[in-house]
Amino acid sequence: MSDSRPTTLLAELTYRCPLHCPYCSNPLNLVGAADELPTEVWTRVFSEARDIGVLQLGLSGGEPLARRDLEELTACAHRVGLYTTLVTSAVGFTPDRARALRDAGLDHVQISIQDIEPESADRIAGMAAARHKEPAAALVRQLGFAFTINVVLHRANLDRLEEIIDYAAALGADRLELANTQYYGWALENRAALMPTADQIARSQAVADAAIERYRGRMQIIYVLPDYFESYPKPCYGGWGRVYMVVAPDGRVLPCHGATHISTLRFDNVRDHSMEWIWEQSPAFLAFRGDAWMSEPCRSCPRKTIDFGGCRCQAFALTADATNTDPVCTLSPHHHLIEQARRDADEPTPYRYRYLKVEAAPA
Amino acid sequence: MPLTPLSVPTLWRLARLDFDRVRQQHVLLYPEGAVLLNDTGAAILELCDGHRSVEAIAKILGERYNCDVEGDVTEYLSQLAEKELVRVG
Repeated sequence: MSDSRPTTLLAELTYRCPLHCPYCSNPLNLVGAADELPTEVWTRVFSEARDIGVLQLGLSGGEPLARRDLEELTACAHRVGLYTTLVTSAVGFTPDRARALRDAGLDHVQISIQDIEPESADRIAGMAAARHKEPAAALVRQLGFAFTINVVLHRANLDRLEEIIDYAAALGADRLELANTQYYGWALENRAALMPTADQIARSQAVADAAIERYRGRMQIIYVLPDYFESYPKPCYGGWGRVYMVVAPDGRVLPCHGATHISTLRFDNVRDHSMEWIWEQSPAFLAFRGDAWMSEPCRSCPRKTIDFGGCRCQAFALTADATNTDPVCTLSPHHHLIEQARRDADEPTPYRYRYLKVEAAPA
Repeated sequence: MPLTPLSVPTLWRLARLDFDRVRQQHVLLYPEGAVLLNDTGAAILELCDGHRSVEAIAKILGERYNCDVEGDVTEYLSQLAEKELVRVG
């Protein structure tokens, strides 16, 4: 084994989802159920992941409850010793399924909230999802799961941050993740509609800081600034191929869930290789591991061990070269692209909703 | 709240102490996170049962290792309390 072992696996069980959020982190070119991995491959993936050091498993999607075998997959993950989180919209989180998931050993439920105002929430989700949240939250509390609420923040809901925080506390969340939209995939398509103004960002930061103190010891609040408003890029998942793995619904293994946008990379599949081989040897994981791939200004920068050059997907999406410095960095020669996008936020556009491609009927 | 010798530390309700057979190391697991523990850290956390005080935990470990560990125990638990992984009653 290499010195560094993965700690976290995100299992994107399906791209099917009843919601159509315009900032979805799934690829633009979505496929439906036909290509999804069968139960027995997922259980092998979980077992192999644990054997190479993974401790945390996120069961995600799409909407993971769309998989009828979710309970069986959860039981397997629990059996091999993974700490298991369900990442859900709450649509389909019925009392029967919730109890079955608890019996299967699920540790933690993470429910997304789109906004506190139902009309706005449903406009963001592209469906009537808001009414599912409160009954699901009550079930999560009643069954004793660890409970996180996550909220993707953007222009349309950022001004209600304080009410959103109080609402999450009233629902009984142990943790609240407030993450500003990151602009990849669908969110990049919808950037002009989603991008908040600098004033909104400044106000929300103050609201979040005060709430973090107010709720300390009762509800843990994590507030993530949009990287477009920071001076240096984020260390994407602790650096490429350092701790994080994603398995897509069709079995391709990615160093982060946005990596499919980098069209110059080819991703190996768990149908053909073990998780250990992929972690250690697949070209996609080796591509940006370490710092040999870096160009200037990253190569000679003392921050390269802090942020690892930032996000490869963002570098590729904005500059067409994944080895470039993340343009979010003020030292990047492409930083003007970020400044321009911030200015464009003054003229918002309508959403382009996330939809699966319609699959051709079998011949 | 600063930790005193009479504070009674408990693990966060959502944190779970486990042994990772892959790394041959104790680990504290919680939603979206994990802390790898050395043997001393694990020994301290195993004694955080919601009844023992910092002083009582330090006394047990002091006898086990045959030296005064109260300062180390207090500092270690303070760090975890700062991260809200240990709660102080």
